[in-house]
Amino acid sequence: MAHKKNRNVAIIGIGQTKHSSHREDVNQPEMIHEAVSAALKDANISIKDVDCIVHGNMELFEMIHQPDLWHVLGTGAYGKDSIRITTGGTVGTTLACASDNLVASGMYDIVMAIGFEKLQEGHTTGGITNMADPLWFRNLQTGALTGSTAYDVIQEFGEDRAKRAAMMYRIIMDKHACLNPNAHRAFGLDFDQVETLMNTSPKLVGELRLIHMCSQSDGACAVIFASEKKAKELSKKPVWIRDHITIHREETFNIFGYHKDYPVLKTHKFAAEQLFKRNDIKNPLEYFDVFEMYDPAAWWGLDWLRDFFFLKGDEHLRLVENKEIMIGGSMPINPSGGVIASNPIGATALLRVAEAALQVRGDAGAHQIPKEVKHALASGFGGTMWTVLMMLEKELSW
Amino acid sequence: MQKRIAICAVAQIKNDPNLWYARFQNMLLECFEGIMSQANVSFDMEKGIRTVITCSDDVWDARTISDNGMTDVVGAHFRGEEKMAQESLNGLGYAMASILSGHDDVVLYMGHMKESQPESRNMCTNLAFDPFYCRPLGMDFVNVNAMQARVYMEKSGVTEEHLAKIVVRSRQKAKENPFARENEPINEDDVMKSPLLADPLRQLHYYPTTDWAFGMLLCNEERVKEFTDKPVWITGYASCMDSYFLGDKDLTSNFSLKNATERALKKAGIKNVTKDIQLFELCDHAAYQLPMWAEGIGLAKEGKGGKWIDDGGMDEFNVNMSGGMLNGNPLLLGGAARAIECFYQLRGEAGKRQVKGAKRALAQSTYGAAGQHQAVVIFEV
Repeated sequence: MAHKKNRNVAIIGIGQTKHSSHREDVNQPEMIHEAVSAALKDANISIKDVDCIVHGNMELFEMIHQPDLWHVLGTGAYGKDSIRITTGGTVGTTLACASDNLVASGMYDIVMAIGFEKLQEGHTTGGITNMADPLWFRNLQTGALTGSTAYDVIQEFGEDRAKRAAMMYRIIMDKHACLNPNAHRAFGLDFDQVETLMNTSPKLVGELRLIHMCSQSDGACAVIFASEKKAKELSKKPVWIRDHITIHREETFNIFGYHKDYPVLKTHKFAAEQLFKRNDIKNPLEYFDVFEMYDPAAWWGLDWLRDFFFLKGDEHLRLVENKEIMIGGSMPINPSGGVIASNPIGATALLRVAEAALQVRGDAGAHQIPKEVKHALASGFGGTMWTVLMMLEKELSW
Repeated sequence: MQKRIAICAVAQIKNDPNLWYARFQNMLLECFEGIMSQANVSFDMEKGIRTVITCSDDVWDARTISDNGMTDVVGAHFRGEEKMAQESLNGLGYAMASILSGHDDVVLYMGHMKESQPESRNMCTNLAFDPFYCRPLGMDFVNVNAMQARVYMEKSGVTEEHLAKIVVRSRQKAKENPFARENEPINEDDVMKSPLLADPLRQLHYYPTTDWAFGMLLCNEERVKEFTDKPVWITGYASCMDSYFLGDKDLTSNFSLKNATERALKKAGIKNVTKDIQLFELCDHAAYQLPMWAEGIGLAKEGKGGKWIDDGGMDEFNVNMSGGMLNGNPLLLGGAARAIECFYQLRGEAGKRQVKGAKRALAQSTYGAAGQHQAVVIFEV
């Protein structure tokens, strides 16, 4: 069984910038141009071959209204069809889904998705806080900083085990980041620091500590999508888009009033259930070879493994404790270092798709996982616990 | 020629200068309920609406992720939702892609904008300019459009009298449109004496700030009978982006509109725009744009916009029977308002402003200063 599709679509070009806290050497269009040039070079095509540009980020981070207008200087959209679609933190995966739709529809043969953010030019937490309803919740909002997941995991598995597992997750992500030359933060942490970091890293909210949290980065990512015919003509290693799903939920009423006896339906789990059901995947942990997850904090990354892979009991903790999520493990998570390492928000979720596609191609360099990657999964997270999932395949064989 | 998609139902609230008593959620809910009452559609994961496309803007709403606050009132709780963060006509193009890709059979498209909320629309559009060169100069869509107006009027022989005629006609047409913003009755003398916004643009040459929301139900050809007996088809969509710096382009060239029109017509399989299309809805943010966009689309000869008005071009080609953007639609939603007029006209439901026998219609919209980004959609019954 497969989700119906008018025609097949593949990723044929991938480009990204170095991610850093201060790309002061470039302005926004210049930074985007780096990613666009890299993607075109990777696809071995010119901008003339691209039919449509899809652009996205969040306006209030840099306070540029409809920035695709100015960014035309770096995107290559001049004279082309160009669309701007945004969905908050999920925007990068939304750009990928939109590009897949635009090509699959037959309206365009080659589409380039561009996600970017230059967070040093704004105030990230201020920007995110501004998301909340001005009358009801804005005064209570703490941006993306929340300690509730840490609280839940600690309640369920005990303080020591939970804190160790979360820090283990964090250190594994840093080890991956150290292998990725584009990663923003790569500290060189080691497992003997688990206990020290658990106790000394400054607290942000509850047991969410500074070291657990993602960075705020400057960076851009561009990914080129092509129809089956074009992809086969142009690319030696096309990465096929099998399916994607977007699940949002209402903004407020579920967030508070949380009680363990009345578990709130979670979008990650719901999205994974729906997507895997319609693609006849019964055991996602077995099916996928690698997962690039939008993990904004170590506690979330740890907890969400359970939702995406339908794990029971403490299986997700054991995956981390046994280092199965490391490059070389049974289910490598974020060989790129993930979101905790690099987080230019509008690009972040597109980077998940890009990095997953690089793994499928075997082109990830030092952070390439050692086994063959036939099936890869990428996720986006944003809004008020929104989910986007995209499935990538090496062969057109589903 | 590619496949087509159907508009099955449309709902809107009345365009209003200041809906101070309604939050945008209230405005959208009214439209949502309007759609639900017209079409027998569900949110079933297999057969119903799985994807909702919305249109709004973070700067105008002063809210990061402006689509966040509306998820529940557009039915997107535990369903897909994606925001068209561009002029609303492009949302129809994206809905077309979502449906023709096979990913969705049915898409709900909803949008809102409350221009009454910000202190100044010019402060919002000033933020569309780069922070280094243009923003500190105080550029906004009004004063940059004024530069375009000056050169265009010079090139095409468009006079103050022509502009006054366009504005008065817009108000007259809008009177026949029950959803149009209610404006003071005016004559040509009032227009020519109204205060200058940015020379040569006068206050009455520019659309008034407006609050509005809409909803549309779209679906594929295979399932259209489930939702309506009177579909209006979307057969072509295209857009085009021009360059950014004003000095990099000829402000009167209509570069992006000509490209968008040519590509949309090609997709819809239309060869002769004036013969094959009977109705045109243009996003005239300012009066000078009506003849200028008419030139770009090919209704008027290049450089002859003034003469085209004198010759009765607006009525000959049924341009802006709704009253147009000029009578008042919010900046981001002008394209959706144009599309909705095409929908009513092609269904024969446009009341006193009905164009008899119209089989095809074209809607145009623009965003950015001086028409930098343009979009065109072709409709058919």
